[in-house]
Amino acid sequence: MLKDITIGQHYPTGSVIHKLDPRTKILITFALIVGLFIINRFVGYIFVIAFIAAAITISKIPFKYMIKGLKPLYVLIMITFLINVFMTSGEILLSIGPVNVTREGVYQAVFMAMRLILLVIGTSLLTLTTSPIMLTDGIEHLLNPFKKIGLPAHELAMMMTIALRFIPTLLEETDKIMKAQIARGADFESGNIINRAKSLVPLLVPLFISAFRRADELAMAMEARCYRGGEHRTRMKALKMEKRDFISSGITMVFIGILFYTRAM
Amino acid sequence: MKPMIEVEQVVFLYKNNEEEITALNNVNIQVKKGEFVVIIGHNGSGKSTLAKHINALLLPTEGRVKVKGMDTKDEEHIWSIRQTAGMVFQNPDNQIVATIVEEDVAFGPENLGVEPKEIRNRVGEALRIVDMVEYSEKAPHLLSGGQKQRIAIAGVIAMRPDCIIFDEPTAMLDPSGRREVINTIKKLNREEKITIVHITHFMEEAVEADRVIVMEDGKIVLEGTPREVFSQVEQLKGLGLDVPQVTDLAHELLKDGVELPKDILTVDEMVMELCRLK
Repeated sequence: MLKDITIGQHYPTGSVIHKLDPRTKILITFALIVGLFIINRFVGYIFVIAFIAAAITISKIPFKYMIKGLKPLYVLIMITFLINVFMTSGEILLSIGPVNVTREGVYQAVFMAMRLILLVIGTSLLTLTTSPIMLTDGIEHLLNPFKKIGLPAHELAMMMTIALRFIPTLLEETDKIMKAQIARGADFESGNIINRAKSLVPLLVPLFISAFRRADELAMAMEARCYRGGEHRTRMKALKMEKRDFISSGITMVFIGILFYTRAM
Repeated sequence: MKPMIEVEQVVFLYKNNEEEITALNNVNIQVKKGEFVVIIGHNGSGKSTLAKHINALLLPTEGRVKVKGMDTKDEEHIWSIRQTAGMVFQNPDNQIVATIVEEDVAFGPENLGVEPKEIRNRVGEALRIVDMVEYSEKAPHLLSGGQKQRIAIAGVIAMRPDCIIFDEPTAMLDPSGRREVINTIKKLNREEKITIVHITHFMEEAVEADRVIVMEDGKIVLEGTPREVFSQVEQLKGLGLDVPQVTDLAHELLKDGVELPKDILTVDEMVMELCRLK
């Protein structure tokens, strides 16, 4: 059912990684992304794989589950791979008609594909171990310093929270509208892509109208509950950095140091 | 004692396609502290517009609305008015903000700038009052309509209001959800001493009120205890409103010459009266 879709795919196991402060986790993930782009030879990947594997083991999330998460990106990874194989010039290994496969191309393709796969696994580890609410909380706190230059940190976080809150509601509504239209003879399943896309228009129009009406009512309800933006607002669950946050940040710093070392080697 | 809500000669006009519509036409209401007032009337009678005036979501075109002596037109009081007079809306889905029940209940006190520890206490207390403690960690979209509406009520209670305005909170619920919500509202009035203004078009919900106000075309047409109001069967029917079934039955029997009092409201009363006949 549509209802079962969870965005961000939070996978609670109660591990140490789950308990880390969301700010720590966001920063570590960010460091990991930067790290992946520092690497310029395969040796570096050994350390990244070790780092991510260790993190997955500690998080108690099954490896299989992580691999499953790569599935939707299969096509993207393949395209990147093929483009790199065929578009890089250098020593020719194989010629298929007008295109050449080069030694540099193969090297580059494997290199990029690995980078992409590790990037996806690393970042999905963040969403798998952090509930959406904690994630938005963390983002809000991390963006707070930028308020001074006019970045609406609280508003952004509130928008994300509300979006997450209404995903299931709107999915349910889509389901209802779809069923109502199928009952009156609408066909969403047959025909080519263009026909199917066209049949979605009468679905989206009522959905949009209803979403705007909901927005109007929600705004009124929020105002009735004294919502007036981020100022003077307190939080029930305050974020607190603990020992484990400092330890994991330290490990990450050592890790990034090693990556820099492999680059300079 | 000072009244909780004073509505003085309020007129409210709004424009709809260049046409000026009078939603409220010279409305006067006073609600005492601790009172349970039900406002009935059908769609377009102005009852929801009136409700939004009490919470300062709408400001009167003429006249004034005071909550605990604070004028809603006074900008500096707007937040304390909204804290004093909480509001629960019709659609339970469109008033829940957060993805976890307790986070949603905490939304109001968070907006008021209450200390985190105190918010935790209030959330626990509010969930206990609406009897939803075991759902505190659940996602709201997995709850039933009646449960969602109780969460919305808890969200208002957590702000410690003196008065709550219910704008047709049962209109979108199934019978069992409606019962849950009505029982919660009654409990709030009885045990928590919260003043209640309940807007509805279900007559049965009005029977246990202290006072019933009937609105039509932006005006108050009838006002009194449920007994006084519902004994006016003909007038209510003329307005296109129903009366509780038992009252209607008593009215019909009375017309046919059965000697019954005309202000019967509940089945129990009916049974008593019928047994007394002979």
